[in-house]
Amino acid sequence: MSVDLDQFKGIFFEESFENLDAMETGLLALSEGETDLETVNTIFRGAHSIKGGGAAFGFDVVSSFTHVMEELLDKMRNGEMEADFASVNILLESVDVLRELLKAFQDGLEPDDQRALALKLKLEEIRDGASGVSEIATDSQIEVEAGDTRDEEIIGWTIHFLPYENLLQTGNDPSLMLRELAGLGEMTLQVHTQRIPPLAEMEPEKCYLSWDIELKAPVERDAITEIFEWVEDDCDLDIQPVVQPVERRKMERRDEERRTGEGAGLERRKEDRRAVGKDAAPAPSATIRVSTERIDEIIDMVGELVITQSMLSQLGEDLDLAKLEKLREGLEQLERNSRELQEGVMSIRMQPISFAFNRFPRMVHDVSQKLSKQIRLETSGEDTEMDKTVMEKINDPLVHLVRNSIDHGLETPDERLEAGKEEEGIVRLNAYHQGSFVIIEVSDDGSGLDRERIFTKAIERGLVKESDELSDDQVFRLLLEAGFSTAEQVSDLSGRGVGLDVVRKNIEGLGGSIDIRSELGVGTTFAIRLPLTLAVLDGQLFKVGNDTFILPLSSIVESLQMDQKCISGVASDIELYRLRDEYIPIIDLSKTFSINENPKNMENALLVVVELGERHVGLLIDELLGQQQVVIKSLETNYQRVTGISGATILGDGTVSLILDVAGLIEMSHLDQNNGGKQQKMANNNLVLQEQ
Amino acid sequence: MEAVKERETGIADVNENQYLTFMLSGEEYGVDILTVQELRGWEDATPIPNSPSFVSGIINLRGVVVPIINLRDRFGLENRAFDATTVVIIVKLAGNDRERVLGIVVDAVSEVYSISGSDLKPPPDMDGAISIEFVKHLATIDNKMIILLDINRLINEGIFSKKETADLDVHEISVEE
Repeated sequence: MSVDLDQFKGIFFEESFENLDAMETGLLALSEGETDLETVNTIFRGAHSIKGGGAAFGFDVVSSFTHVMEELLDKMRNGEMEADFASVNILLESVDVLRELLKAFQDGLEPDDQRALALKLKLEEIRDGASGVSEIATDSQIEVEAGDTRDEEIIGWTIHFLPYENLLQTGNDPSLMLRELAGLGEMTLQVHTQRIPPLAEMEPEKCYLSWDIELKAPVERDAITEIFEWVEDDCDLDIQPVVQPVERRKMERRDEERRTGEGAGLERRKEDRRAVGKDAAPAPSATIRVSTERIDEIIDMVGELVITQSMLSQLGEDLDLAKLEKLREGLEQLERNSRELQEGVMSIRMQPISFAFNRFPRMVHDVSQKLSKQIRLETSGEDTEMDKTVMEKINDPLVHLVRNSIDHGLETPDERLEAGKEEEGIVRLNAYHQGSFVIIEVSDDGSGLDRERIFTKAIERGLVKESDELSDDQVFRLLLEAGFSTAEQVSDLSGRGVGLDVVRKNIEGLGGSIDIRSELGVGTTFAIRLPLTLAVLDGQLFKVGNDTFILPLSSIVESLQMDQKCISGVASDIELYRLRDEYIPIIDLSKTFSINENPKNMENALLVVVELGERHVGLLIDELLGQQQVVIKSLETNYQRVTGISGATILGDGTVSLILDVAGLIEMSHLDQNNGGKQQKMANNNLVLQEQ
Repeated sequence: MEAVKERETGIADVNENQYLTFMLSGEEYGVDILTVQELRGWEDATPIPNSPSFVSGIINLRGVVVPIINLRDRFGLENRAFDATTVVIIVKLAGNDRERVLGIVVDAVSEVYSISGSDLKPPPDMDGAISIEFVKHLATIDNKMIILLDINRLINEGIFSKKETADLDVHEISVEE
């Protein structure tokens, strides 16, 4: 039985978190002046389902807490109350608290319900129509209210009454007592007869019965003990008050607060609780919601696959040349089936990017208050679908970029007015597909990047020399270098000097890239480019020496046969290839991979031009083979990370082939070696910074 | 590949452990049989660029990419051409942070012995061909010495540890030239 319940618990948690998200979205809409009744209804429904589920699974804290939220929302719904700023904020906080409570229950922990209890009191205040909503937040207010703890919250009593066998002999009659009890209020009786012996052994003067009594009467304990006064020594008597669980906790809470005094302990606990919440990394949800329609489609495809398979095995039983044509047809069908099936299964993992975008309204709401900036968040392209695994990994970089835009990008309202802009700054999130990539843009209409300031800073940091002539784009890209931060002050939000470089690393780790566009005074846009999926890629097979390697097709710009005239050596080890009006550094893969150390004859050799972000490099290879879709297998599972290799795959003939990682190749080739000194210097700078 | 035959060992002993033994350059080595997943004949592995020389490459083991370690090379023994008796022992180990599957190339597999705890002798100080720290015990069976390897340690420290691999002959690409 408990196993069954656990199974439903998982669903309850999942649904509750979804409900909480929906409630959050709704509340944010309310705080932006949305007055639609349907929005309040949505929030109400969310709270209601959580309450029901919480009660069913015995999470009393959750159900009693949501109960108060629900009542408050009900008042808003009926127009008895206005959804003003303060109450919406408290409801938002309640959503956070609920989320924490549910998370604790999900992890099988006993939740720290102090914060919930404190908030519940605030909610009750609002619900009961406390006039000054702004005042309710003070702890002293709670203290005052705590004074008039009401005892009539006891709604009844349960009484366990077990008379000893000799009770009747003392001249007392249980039936009289019970009748008297019934006079106090509604009574439910349960009689226990298991002590009654077989008729032959029964003695008529002995009492064999016992009772469990539920009395629904808000009476004092004395009224009950009075009734049993004469039999106290002749029976087992247990009288327990029935208290509305909500109310009892409220009393305990008040006691607690009196003990800790001024609620200082509470404040501390709140802090602890938050700290814990921060440390615990959000566990990526292991489940995925799929429409039954999609599953039906896949089942159909599997059915077709099975038919094809049986057809082929029948053919294989007695194959002669006459059936060759049929075999070919069968194989074609098999190919089509498996491709469809693959696409179908992959589509399960595709989810609209709104899952990632949805958390931002709340974040912007919170952060804008903290910084006292007025910010409007605009999102577009929420329906753009991408692989769930990619989306999970892109969340943190996105949060960072949005915070960066709010913190550094947007000016304060005063500055904005001075610059002739609206007080309210705009942060825009946009997503769209481009080939097999998803582009996600985070832009702001703030002050834009200050080229000169970045350049000066980069010189200070030793990233560039004063004499270097860089394009705007190259200057902006310096922001993505490790240890670079233009924020004058380290703020709570961003600007710790780590950050954008980590964002870049994460994104490149996913096989994506990041670009920066900016115009001074107009705004800045960070554009992230990510592959649609991490599991399968279209690969270009090629040979270096005797080894077959694979390049992601999407990273290849073109392949060409080199012309000796276009090759020029710079310094001793770098060779450049002039392609139209661009000079592309050449990476000799056989040298980089220690396959063949002898310098290759460049004349007529094959060069594959690949791009990483805006950067182009040429890879020197021996032979181009075909293109095919490959399934990416991690090398790290059983071995370890290899620089320049992003994974392995199994080819049609069963052999293993390695997939190249362009970013890693550039890193390990001589191209970055030139920066070695600089990086060293940068690391030193970081060290100094940390020490200060 | 020759079948592995169980040796007649009389009465089973609770302290007994079974060891799979294999030949390497004329010596007989043993590993705890519980770590062995399967045995395979030698097949060409895909080399991994810039990996230590004892990593022969990776193979496809029913859809799983498995690295292959050449134990002769790792132990500093002279390499020899792979032949019909060359065997890859696929072992499954709890690593530092995760379970790993990898293959070990040996000259030939020999026997499965049950050896009781009391027959295990600590390794003496020896400056032999292999690093002494990977030898867990020595055992004598039919007047033959069997070197029982600490396979967990060998893999986790002798192959994947940074320190160890740094000491070994790693083909770093020389970018200076």
